[in-house]
Amino acid sequence: MADPVLQIRSLDAFYGDFQALFSLDLEVASDGVIAIIGANGAGKSTLMRSISGMLQNRPDSILYQGEPIGGLRADQVAGKGIALVPEGRQLFPSLSVEENLIIGGRMRRPGPWSLAAIYDLFPILQERRHQASTSLSGGQQQMVAIGRALMANPSLLMFDEISLGLAPVIIRQIYEVLPKIIATGMSAIIVEQDISKALEVSSHVYCLQEGRVSLSGQSDTITREQISEAYFGARSDHGLA
Amino acid sequence: MDWLNAIVQGTLLGGLYALFAAGLSIIFGVMRLVNIAHGDLIVLAAYLGLTITMLLGIHPLVALLVLVPVMALIGYGLQRLILNRTLGEDILPPLLVTFGLSVIIQNALLEVYTADPQKLQAGALEIASLNIGGLAIGYLPLLMFVTAVIVIAGLQFIFYRTALGRAFRAVSDNQDIAQLMGLNRRHIFAVAMALSLAVVAIAAIFLGTRTSFDPAVGGGRLIFGFEAVIIGGLGNLWGTLAGGIILGVAQAIGAQLHPGWQILAGHIVFLAILAVRPRGLFPRMDG
Amino acid sequence: MTGPASHQIERSTLATRLGLLAGAAVLLALALAPAYLGRADLRLLGEIFLYLSLASLWNLLAGYAGLVSVGQQAFVGIGGYLLFALTIFGGVHPLIALLIIFVAGGLVSMPIAALIFRLRGAYFAIGTWVVAEVCRLGFAQLGALGGGSGISLPVKVVKSIASSRAGREAASYWLALGVAVLVIAIAWLFLRSRRGLALTAIRDNELAAASLGIDIWRTKFVVYSMVGALTTLVGALIFLQKLRISPDAAFSVNDWTAFVIFIVVIGGIGTLEGPIIGTIVFFLLRETLADLGTIYLIVLGIVATIVMLFAPKGLWGAIKHFTGFQLFPLGYRVRLAKGGKQDSASTKRDAEG
Repeated sequence: MADPVLQIRSLDAFYGDFQALFSLDLEVASDGVIAIIGANGAGKSTLMRSISGMLQNRPDSILYQGEPIGGLRADQVAGKGIALVPEGRQLFPSLSVEENLIIGGRMRRPGPWSLAAIYDLFPILQERRHQASTSLSGGQQQMVAIGRALMANPSLLMFDEISLGLAPVIIRQIYEVLPKIIATGMSAIIVEQDISKALEVSSHVYCLQEGRVSLSGQSDTITREQISEAYFGARSDHGLA
Repeated sequence: MDWLNAIVQGTLLGGLYALFAAGLSIIFGVMRLVNIAHGDLIVLAAYLGLTITMLLGIHPLVALLVLVPVMALIGYGLQRLILNRTLGEDILPPLLVTFGLSVIIQNALLEVYTADPQKLQAGALEIASLNIGGLAIGYLPLLMFVTAVIVIAGLQFIFYRTALGRAFRAVSDNQDIAQLMGLNRRHIFAVAMALSLAVVAIAAIFLGTRTSFDPAVGGGRLIFGFEAVIIGGLGNLWGTLAGGIILGVAQAIGAQLHPGWQILAGHIVFLAILAVRPRGLFPRMDG
Repeated sequence: MTGPASHQIERSTLATRLGLLAGAAVLLALALAPAYLGRADLRLLGEIFLYLSLASLWNLLAGYAGLVSVGQQAFVGIGGYLLFALTIFGGVHPLIALLIIFVAGGLVSMPIAALIFRLRGAYFAIGTWVVAEVCRLGFAQLGALGGGSGISLPVKVVKSIASSRAGREAASYWLALGVAVLVIAIAWLFLRSRRGLALTAIRDNELAAASLGIDIWRTKFVVYSMVGALTTLVGALIFLQKLRISPDAAFSVNDWTAFVIFIVVIGGIGTLEGPIIGTIVFFLLRETLADLGTIYLIVLGIVATIVMLFAPKGLWGAIKHFTGFQLFPLGYRVRLAKGGKQDSASTKRDAEG
């Protein structure tokens, strides 16, 4: 078995004095797809920010291909081959659709993804390539955001709540395409509120609750009951007066 | 005829004001920073240009070959070492630090060069003129205006057709997400400042050959640049050119009416436009 | 759940009250100064009080209302010129003129505010500078007031303040002291009031403040006009002391803005005590370094820049950080009744004064 592409060891994360993650342990197998679920405020986005370098942590708490990257800045992490499709799309309003894609590829890493390949995947984007990126519909913007991350030819691709704010039919379309995206050689982390979708595409699932891992298991064997408990912490010891 | 001449001269002067303003526009566009020391940096560049022409015995326009890279380097260092530290939520630090820099530069120039007015000698170019329809149009002012147009066209090209421009726009839109693209914002900001001061160098040479300058004139140049930007509208480089022209013409008309009214006329037109069109004439973004 | 006297809300600590008592004693000593200080010392103190006033006012604008002005010299100059105009051409007694000037300053600042409030942040700052420049260039055109070279206050007017030289020096001194006390008192009372709390809220987070229903524009407008009126008054006093005015002196960026900004930055922006400390430091530096001319200004600029970069809360900010001491109580402290001791957490809960 190959070494895991991402190893998270006792990860703490702080916003100033506020602690958002408590000694998190997590792993992504190479070529693996894991899902991370949890309620709002559980720490999912904080985890994404920590891995992508937008938040600084203890260097050895995040190991990527064996290398400690916890303390690196986001632009340095991007150079290592980790790409993030951020929560809320966050396209660049001053850039056209095509420019958003091009800037995603500025690291020039070798790989199958190019402008042509992205347009192949999402033909509607080619039609609208010179339009202002924020003039597109929510679903199309999500495609641009995904395309932008793909252009970097990452080895680890992270999706932060891509179904948020999208109509169910659009969500289905995007998730249909997902397996094609996460083809050979790429590992993925999928953060989702939509639990069923998350379980469908992943092999392993982690549930976060108040900054801690409350559940870890195989996506195909985990039960609804286990998820409920882990999600809401029904068995937690926080007593009310 | 006098009036026509005034308007033409004012228009050409507008090119110089647009050059003052272009540097301000760039850094505001990329990092929302207004550099209060901008005018003093123009004067600093003029003095450096003077030193270069004296040391190397070359024409001021040729001195640009040395001055532009020097000012660009100064800009990169200034941003990277000092101004990057001031960027953040609070508006006070960048304002007060650049204000402090303004005072430091002015007085340092006074110390080194004294308060005596200086001028860059452009030789025959200063007196030679073109005769169009009875108007005598100096080569130098014409060159100045044409250069301004070329510089602005060049900046537009950089911003909208190059990878660097994409980086500028991305970082200006969303610093955090830009970093995910591998863009080091501290470097990008410094490059923007370098570009700004490169334009400042060009403006300085034309300022210095056109009139005499001394360490105290920085404030006035900042105000002219600022007025051109506001009149033209934020975020629009061609608008800035228009703003510069309007300012130049206003000043020229003021001077025609009464010699002491030149600068005052410009300020009044500026305030009037601010009153009726607060976002300027061709705005593309908000302050 | 809580007992009848589980906690108390108070506005000042014992240390603060002692500090205020000491301050009152100092004030008394200062008021009696003409009795025991010589002419030169009185003049210096007078200058200190006037700079203190300008600094406190600028601090109110920038540190509290978030309005960074590099054009307050407009009001200083207008105050000076109004004084000369009213006394020379209106035959008004200087002291009465001061009252008129105060009101006029407030009135003048309103249309200015309406105009330049269209600009934000640093662009607002430069806008204030443009206004000052318009004043400078405008007044230079008025031949009746000396045009570009300026004018002196006629002996007749000077003598109407007091017949003896000592009397005039004392009057000048008390006016300066009075204005400084007035400015600080107004600032303190204003910041303790609801309007003042609104201002602090605006400074800390404009969007949040607006969503609470605070009228941002109106609050800033009121502050700007108030500061304008008082700055104009201070300007009149400055030139009452100087006895001569010219456009470059009246509207000098260096004298009335650069120095003031440095005072506030070094002393501590956004605190009432900061300008006091800053003025003291500024004058200490001036008395020791001013002979060095431009070097003095360079040093001042470097110090202010370094302070802004590495200790943005200035000297008073540092003192407050390490001792929690506040001379002019502005915050609220929660005192827990248990054992009568104060939570260390409550010290942190003080509003930034």
